[in-house]
Amino acid sequence: MKKNYLFTVSIIVAILILSAVSIFVGAFDVSLSGILSGDYKQLIILLNSRLPRVFAALCVGSGMSVAGLIMQNLCMNKFVSPTTGATISSAQLGIVISMLMLPGASLATRSTFSFIFSILGTWLFVWFIQKIQIKDVVMVPLIGIMFNSVIGGLVSYIAYENDLTQILSNLLVGDFSLILAGRYEIVFLILPLLIISFIYSNYFNIVGMGENFSNNLGVNYKFIMFLGLSITAIITASVVVTVGTISYIGLIIPNIVSMYKGDKIRKSLLDVALFGAMFVLLCDLIGRIVIRPFELPIELISGIIGSVIFIVMLFARLNHGRRLNKKGVSHAKKIISPK
Amino acid sequence: MEVKNLNKFYGSKQVVENVSFELPKNKVISFIGPNGAGKSTVLNIMTRLISSDSGQVLLENKDLKKWNSKELAKKIAILTQTNHITAKLTVAELVAFGRFPYSGSNLNKEDRKHINMAIEYMELQDFKNRFIDELSGGQRQRVFIAMVLAQDTEYIFLDEPTNNLDIYHSSNMMKLVRRLCDDLNKTVTLVLHEINFASAYSDYIGAFKNGKLYKFDTVHEVMTKDNLKSLYNVNFDITDFNGKPISIYY
Repeated sequence: MKKNYLFTVSIIVAILILSAVSIFVGAFDVSLSGILSGDYKQLIILLNSRLPRVFAALCVGSGMSVAGLIMQNLCMNKFVSPTTGATISSAQLGIVISMLMLPGASLATRSTFSFIFSILGTWLFVWFIQKIQIKDVVMVPLIGIMFNSVIGGLVSYIAYENDLTQILSNLLVGDFSLILAGRYEIVFLILPLLIISFIYSNYFNIVGMGENFSNNLGVNYKFIMFLGLSITAIITASVVVTVGTISYIGLIIPNIVSMYKGDKIRKSLLDVALFGAMFVLLCDLIGRIVIRPFELPIELISGIIGSVIFIVMLFARLNHGRRLNKKGVSHAKKIISPK
Repeated sequence: MEVKNLNKFYGSKQVVENVSFELPKNKVISFIGPNGAGKSTVLNIMTRLISSDSGQVLLENKDLKKWNSKELAKKIAILTQTNHITAKLTVAELVAFGRFPYSGSNLNKEDRKHINMAIEYMELQDFKNRFIDELSGGQRQRVFIAMVLAQDTEYIFLDEPTNNLDIYHSSNMMKLVRRLCDDLNKTVTLVLHEINFASAYSDYIGAFKNGKLYKFDTVHEVMTKDNLKSLYNVNFDITDFNGKPISIYY
């Protein structure tokens, strides 16, 4: 108990340090003494670029990881996330369609389209995997990736046909360098959604144990499923609208935290959110330091680190599963053999 | 609890046909019958997991469909045979969900008392903080029963609780069912495939055939050579063992 508490505190300390470093790293020199002496230029940079960037990273990191956490529980599959479900690509599709139908649409309009499409896409995906009732754990994310590719293909097609490729590259590759005050505030929508997620955390756990289990406890399965998936979709869409696509975070962070905290969402949600925020801050910082004064987009860094962690995780989980299966077989043999 | 004229169709196939009976209180009632006889379907309708096409299930003279779902969860608890859980929860966390209909997410002193009692009753103290995916099948089954006990309901329904358990664990499960009824005054209704378990541990048996309730009566009335033969189309012999009719089939 105390050890877990210590872990949470150390993540918070790490986030504070990374945020401070993040504020003072960049093409333009910002220093503590400069800000305190009231240097106008430095203050402008701080308020319009550096601080928004930190806030965005914190919201995106915590939001995407909690979205993954909820989705994994509701779908009863550790490999499902906004990336390996249809959520991210549907959010992109929404944005491209809004640009197509209403050229010069405001950020708010684009976001609304993105919300609606990502919600519909996520529902469709979950409806599909529930209808087919796939038993194999790895099949579900594979189908999700397939869904993503189909919708992603549609997004690219529409973008190329209508000269929207510039927007497409912003959409597909998550990047914090375009975050400026006045253009990113939609990510703050994530904060109330995180609070709602915390309030409903036990409901998500119960629904994650199946329809019969929920009915037995008097929990409305369909409503909670609907609520949880919608929260996931809105978080994802608000990230895609402001920063662009960031993969893997919703997949790996909840799995890492689950290893030491278990899957009781009420207990693990805070750690998942903090860990995700720290991960994104760190990836962003690496992207800004490697080839300074230039930047690498966050999607590149998180993609490289994330995919490596994902592969390691995949092996660990599959080996674990295989061990359990073997145990089951030998157990069955024991029962049968005396005859 | 009373069941009145239940009918249920899957497509054009009628799986439950005009089933009516009254569930006696504080007894153990077993549903038996060949595969596809409709016993599990009736159990699921009685616990509102699936809905019937016509007919009623009355609890305290009120139609199940008219009950508030949280209130109903304080009266009846159901444990289905498929409890495939992927979430990494500890024993105590899972048992605590049994209190959800009462207090939601904020457990009070009363809830904790029930949770601890259930864990002790099922002799799970030593596993309290272990994750359920680390437990054996028999232990996991006990955790689920503990959750149902924490739910503190008058009626408990178990769908094939001895499925996938070996002889040792299944006979323990049946003894436990008996204790739930005798010590804790629960009305326990279960679907069973082993007719001798049904005979040895229940008070009443509901025998199903082709979607119809073939017979609902005391163990001695149902467990006769003729009844079992016409239920299963197999020859039976009945012997008496400690006052319980035991069937031998060949």
